[in-house]
Amino acid sequence: MNTTALPTPVATDLLPQKGPLLTRKGWSGVFVALILLGVMAPVLNLLLPAGHPLHLSDYWVGLLGKIMCYAICALAMDLIWGYTGILSLGHGLFFALGGYVMGMYLMRQIGTDGVYKSELPDFMVFLAWKELPWHWALSHSFVATLLLVVLVPGLVAFVFGYFAFRSRIKGVYFSIITQALTFAAMLLFFRNETGFGGNNGFTDFKRILGMPLATQEMRMALFVLTGLVLVGFYLWARWLVGSKFGRVLQAIRDAETRVMFCGYNPLPYKLTIWVVSAVMCGVAGALYVPQVGIINPGEMSPANSIEIAIWAAVGGRASLIGPIVGAFLVNLAKSVLTVTFPEFWLYFLGGLFIVVTLFMPQGVVGVVRSWRASGWKMPWSRRPATDTEARP
Amino acid sequence: MSSVCSALRHSLLPCLLVLLAGTWASAWALTPEDALATAEGGTTDRLATLSRLASEGSERGAELIRAMAAERVVVQSGRVLLLSESDPSSATDAVTGEPVPLTGSEDTPIMNNRMRGALQTLLASLDLLSPDVARQREAALRLRSSQFSSPDAAQLPLIEATLAPDNAGRLDPTARTALEEARAVIQLGSEDAALRVRSAELLAGATQTIVRSLLARQLEAETDPTVQAALEDALATLDRSLRISQLLGEMFTGVSLGSILLLAALGLAITYGLMGVINMAHGELIMIGAYATYLVQLQFRQHFPGLFDWYLLAALPVAFMASALVGAVMERTVIRYLYGRPLETLLATWGLSLVLMQSVRSLFGAQNVGVENPSWMSGGIVVMGNLTLPWNRILIIAFAVAVLLLVALLISRTRLGLFVRGVTQNRPIAACMGVNTARVDTYAFALGSGIAGLAGVALSQVGNVGPDLGQSYIVDSFMVVVLGGVGQLAGTVYAALGLGILNKFLEGWVGAVLAKIAVLVFIIIFIQKRPQGIFALKGRAA
Repeated sequence: MNTTALPTPVATDLLPQKGPLLTRKGWSGVFVALILLGVMAPVLNLLLPAGHPLHLSDYWVGLLGKIMCYAICALAMDLIWGYTGILSLGHGLFFALGGYVMGMYLMRQIGTDGVYKSELPDFMVFLAWKELPWHWALSHSFVATLLLVVLVPGLVAFVFGYFAFRSRIKGVYFSIITQALTFAAMLLFFRNETGFGGNNGFTDFKRILGMPLATQEMRMALFVLTGLVLVGFYLWARWLVGSKFGRVLQAIRDAETRVMFCGYNPLPYKLTIWVVSAVMCGVAGALYVPQVGIINPGEMSPANSIEIAIWAAVGGRASLIGPIVGAFLVNLAKSVLTVTFPEFWLYFLGGLFIVVTLFMPQGVVGVVRSWRASGWKMPWSRRPATDTEARP
Repeated sequence: MSSVCSALRHSLLPCLLVLLAGTWASAWALTPEDALATAEGGTTDRLATLSRLASEGSERGAELIRAMAAERVVVQSGRVLLLSESDPSSATDAVTGEPVPLTGSEDTPIMNNRMRGALQTLLASLDLLSPDVARQREAALRLRSSQFSSPDAAQLPLIEATLAPDNAGRLDPTARTALEEARAVIQLGSEDAALRVRSAELLAGATQTIVRSLLARQLEAETDPTVQAALEDALATLDRSLRISQLLGEMFTGVSLGSILLLAALGLAITYGLMGVINMAHGELIMIGAYATYLVQLQFRQHFPGLFDWYLLAALPVAFMASALVGAVMERTVIRYLYGRPLETLLATWGLSLVLMQSVRSLFGAQNVGVENPSWMSGGIVVMGNLTLPWNRILIIAFAVAVLLLVALLISRTRLGLFVRGVTQNRPIAACMGVNTARVDTYAFALGSGIAGLAGVALSQVGNVGPDLGQSYIVDSFMVVVLGGVGQLAGTVYAALGLGILNKFLEGWVGAVLAKIAVLVFIIIFIQKRPQGIFALKGRAA
């Protein structure tokens, strides 16, 4: 499902034929994923009793839900880094912005059930504020929140991206500037005066759309929703990458100057994919916050943003399934290691950065592909091993 | 009790102090009779003897008064003994200073509130005219700050007596100025208009914010027009000098922050600016330098406690070598394979930084470790009333300048510098000329890393040393290099100083966090205007 839609490196026709969005195998993979998400997971979690060997525990629902949010981020990172060659070290900012927008709505949903029994969120009562600041004006409405989840990260990305790409900031400089951006935002959100709960951020959410948040059913609903969004974004990314727009992006990645000589202005292309990528991260953040139950400025720390890049790198850039695989692998390893060997985790993560960049530039997907190219068959693979289209 | 004390001060002090001032010149030794007279008899007689002793200025007499105030005096069959401060079971003779065994049958002199109050004042006057200049200054400054915060006319006689012309030779100029200012603050509320005018004129020279509010308060209450005019003049003068001192202070902290940024960024100017290697582990190399300083300090404390003050000098080469070694290993094992792939270099060195951070955490614990300043780095130079320049900051500025000069010389005048420049400008041609480019890469990277280690030594003297030390400087130092332009040291210097000063000025204006944000936003906007100038890459990363 991950091969044919990629453009062939040499275009023989003036307008090459556009392949189908997914192969038959690809589509069946998507359907399997949908069935796993929409039927199997709820059945295993809600209907099977807790002692049953196939029971999916709440812990795993929470963990997998969280990782699917991360996978969306990795996918977004892949679009901008893997396909356009722009490494962003500030995607944590967009993730956190989406999360904060959702967090504001959830804070308002607490209503008067907070510690201080006030209409205002607890931290505002604590700061002796009398009314909501202006930027909280729309936070009572769920529809407005959904819009803002898309608009706020999108707008921030648009403004920043416009100025950055217009002055042709490229490569490492762009990375460093995005890192500075998320660092500055983190400092800003740490302040109580900013009106986002300072250090502690938002937590203690009670309900969403009037329904209690801490029930098994709600957790499952959010899990399924996250999964659907992930699959949806995957298909969208697939479509984007296969379109003419996507081909220009990859041309920009490989030889930006040549693209300009061909008469293209890279600015709108880069800006569009940058904003799309930021919006994906924002949506991921909005899905993340109700599942995890907390959002604080720590999500904007430069270390978090750079971790998104390693998910994409581990899985394999320049393939769309790679970052999703990478996000699952790294985060499962993290949740195991931080519990069993807490000291070991940073060694592992650090080592991962080094090993992946030195020895696995194409990530896990690249390793699997080269196995297949060298005649090693996947057990379930019916296709001949000489699959030349498998190159990135 | 306080009312009793202040009443005492009013009645008793003037006569005590006149005595004190008048008879200072002749220094008698303490006699056994006098010593006994301070411990036994009526309170008035005892106080008279005590104040005479204070005025005589003998060391033994002063000792007795201090002991009396601390209630460490006992009488053993007509001899006055002083109990040791550290060990109350041993005692010395108040007159001769010889150790005397305690028998357990000693009497303790009676203490009452009147005695206690008078003794406190005597202690203050002892300190104010003490032959020890440091003690004098400290007492005078303490007195002045207490007067500044709440003027108390009861202290006036003490100040007047100390400032009496007879003591001119005994009083340190700094202490004198402080006392004069203290007196002026008290006299600002006096009945005599001329005194008020004089006080206002004198206080105009005291560059302290608190004096401003005192003057302003007096101006509101003042009715006499001449005094009003004098007060307004004084306020204007004061405002001007306050503004200047504030400006100077901000300049200094700005330059100081700039010098720290410069140190942190200088190594980066070589590895990133000249070689084009994005090293996200640069902050961790700084941290290694700081930890090396910590280890050297531990060794000195254990093996050469006498030379402890000089451990920093030994720490410099150790920190340089430690960081340079780690840098060389990094270059040989990882970075070498990623030349020309800056994004991958960025990720790999980030991984290295995580590993280094966690290793330090495993070795030394997650807590900050304590690095002590050597004694010669504490204190500072008082420039104006409220402006003190701390020595450690001044020394770091000097150190940054020294390191900068060394690096500039190394790059422009030595063989290694020539090779580094050659390889940076044209690698194939340099290789054709017989330069071992791979080795030059390692040396240059080790040099940049070693300079990061030197920055670590400096940072250990002004901030916390912990595993996260490097993280807090990495964004800043990259900003300096990016702003300063790649491939040159001069740009780094300007950018570091400029950012430091800008940051401190904004800090005074909008607060630390907003200042930092404003600086980051400024950089983002600035590179909009000058992208080519700043990103004119000469390194291999282009």
